[in-house]
Amino acid sequence: MSDNSLRLVWVYPDLLSTYGDQGNALVVERRARQRGLQVERYDVRSDQPVPTSGDIYLIGGGEDRPQRLAAERLRRDGGLQRAVGNGAIVFSVCAGYQILGNEFINDLGQREPGLGLLDVVSTRGEGARCVGDVLADIDPQLGLPELTGFENHQGVTHVGPAARPFARVRLGNGNGTGDGTEGAYNGTVFGTYMHGPVLARNPLIADLLLKLALDVNALPPTDDRWYDALRAERVAAAQQPA
Amino acid sequence: MAGHPGSSESLSARAKLAVTAGKAAAAVSRAAGRGSGSVIGGKVALRLDPELLGRLAGHLDVVLVSATNGKTTTTRLIAEALRASGPVVSNALGANMPAGITSALAGGSDAKFGVIEVDEKYLAGVARDVDPKAIALLNLSRDQLDRAAETRMLAEKWREGLAGSKAVIIANADDPLVVWAASSSPNVVWVAAGQAWKDDAWSCPACGGVMQRPGDDWYCGECGFRRPTPSWALSGDHVLDPHGSAWPIHLQLPGRANKANATSSAAVAAVFGVPPQVALERMYQVQAVAGRYDVVQFQGRDLRLLLAKNPAGWLETFSLIDPPPTPVILSVNARGADGTDTSWLWDVDYTRLAGHPIFVLGDRKLDLAVRLEVAGLDFRVCETLDEAAQMAPPGRIETIANYTAFQDLRRRVGN
Repeated sequence: MSDNSLRLVWVYPDLLSTYGDQGNALVVERRARQRGLQVERYDVRSDQPVPTSGDIYLIGGGEDRPQRLAAERLRRDGGLQRAVGNGAIVFSVCAGYQILGNEFINDLGQREPGLGLLDVVSTRGEGARCVGDVLADIDPQLGLPELTGFENHQGVTHVGPAARPFARVRLGNGNGTGDGTEGAYNGTVFGTYMHGPVLARNPLIADLLLKLALDVNALPPTDDRWYDALRAERVAAAQQPA
Repeated sequence: MAGHPGSSESLSARAKLAVTAGKAAAAVSRAAGRGSGSVIGGKVALRLDPELLGRLAGHLDVVLVSATNGKTTTTRLIAEALRASGPVVSNALGANMPAGITSALAGGSDAKFGVIEVDEKYLAGVARDVDPKAIALLNLSRDQLDRAAETRMLAEKWREGLAGSKAVIIANADDPLVVWAASSSPNVVWVAAGQAWKDDAWSCPACGGVMQRPGDDWYCGECGFRRPTPSWALSGDHVLDPHGSAWPIHLQLPGRANKANATSSAAVAAVFGVPPQVALERMYQVQAVAGRYDVVQFQGRDLRLLLAKNPAGWLETFSLIDPPPTPVILSVNARGADGTDTSWLWDVDYTRLAGHPIFVLGDRKLDLAVRLEVAGLDFRVCETLDEAAQMAPPGRIETIANYTAFQDLRRRVGN
């Protein structure tokens, strides 16, 4: 945070915005403005350098080939890694989550190095694709209500000792490891398989990112009645037998 | 087979049996109140004779039409244009998978031309089965995210399926994914039909490089892949033909996207020997397509019914609606046929609706409500179409819905 303006960086929308990922940027932006902050949003295309002075970085989901291209370009660029070194907050979804980890399986079926910003390793599941509504309990240390989202992936992501699972699924697959974990985080870098977009379904996660970036414990309240109504509906829908 | 246009005498006994069995199944399905019966009839017929589709098309000059958006309308426009030159059989109701296509063709034994809409995922297979004279490729963009039908993979499948095809490919030069798909074919007619939605083609389909898109042009910054020079073009309210003549477009259908559809249709008609002025004149007769663009009286208001299934479709739809203060009703479902993931709502720029009174409906009205709240718009959430219509002042209401929501609206208004 410099002066009164929040720098929000959306990484590579040309490659990683297949699942309405712009929504996460719009929700963070809206909720920051509702708290009286100025927001400078940078949508960084994959032929541009990633700025290192951002406060919050968002990276979204995408198809298999764009995921590999994004990993190659981010490794070469180095900007996101430097930003994390400076203490920036990163929130990543699906393909972006895998890229932030140590390794994933690319579209050619080969092991592709990630950015090593989150201690996870991803492989590809053997079974059917995980598709559908998810309900999960977020790590109690984060003090957030239940997580609702939509998953659509074939990844299997193992969380290593330097990260913690972000949530435990009640319904759905999450990390696909069979141990009930969903997503991972290490304090400043977060990853999840949840679409929806996930911050539209879970606005208090957006607020958590803002609090971490602003280094504050609380934010002024907002009128969340539509978010709350949507959450209640999706939580109930996830519990309906298919 | 070519010697018997319009007669089922050229069909084998097995094929005839299959057609008869299919018609019987369709009649049973209709009687049971399970829809038009065209799909079940086609399924029964195809099971009895898997090569039936090819046999039925054998005596026809066929054009296939595929795209993410606009294929049903364009199929109608082409069918109208070709009727200038002979009887047409077409799957005009939008049953666009092999069973529905088989069923439609089985009903058209007198036809000279087959104008066939094909679901994107089935295009390569149907093109193999029916040996078309022409194939029109309009656009490709994200649709039904939960089906994992990746847009670029679809373009790749088209490309593989059409490589070496003898058909004339009529393809949109303004959509890089369509160009990638079509450019494996030896005989392509490029049409500058435009494409407002650009967010599925920032990455070069050939090499993965970042696309550069100055103005209406596009090219890959890394390899030689670039926009081909079109021979047909949409220019304002006119179609420019390969000789440089400009022909006025007169449509009852609204919007830029339908002018683009008319331009592609004129290029297709020319392949079948129908000149553009004749083709375009005939297209005026198309008024509404399976309820789309229909204006219906409801609760003393005039509801214009607009179907928009994905971000590209919503973008084109916003550009054709009447300006504020015309009220807008939005209805979104997420049933099987819609795709069950609503994330795509966040790819739609709803700030374009600023100034319109907005009423929100459908199974997923709360997803829309959050979307509009974050866009900073005022809106009302309604339980029913009746409630939404009553809240709006008398006059025109633009009613925009995705696939099953649109069917729900049609049922409610008796369309």
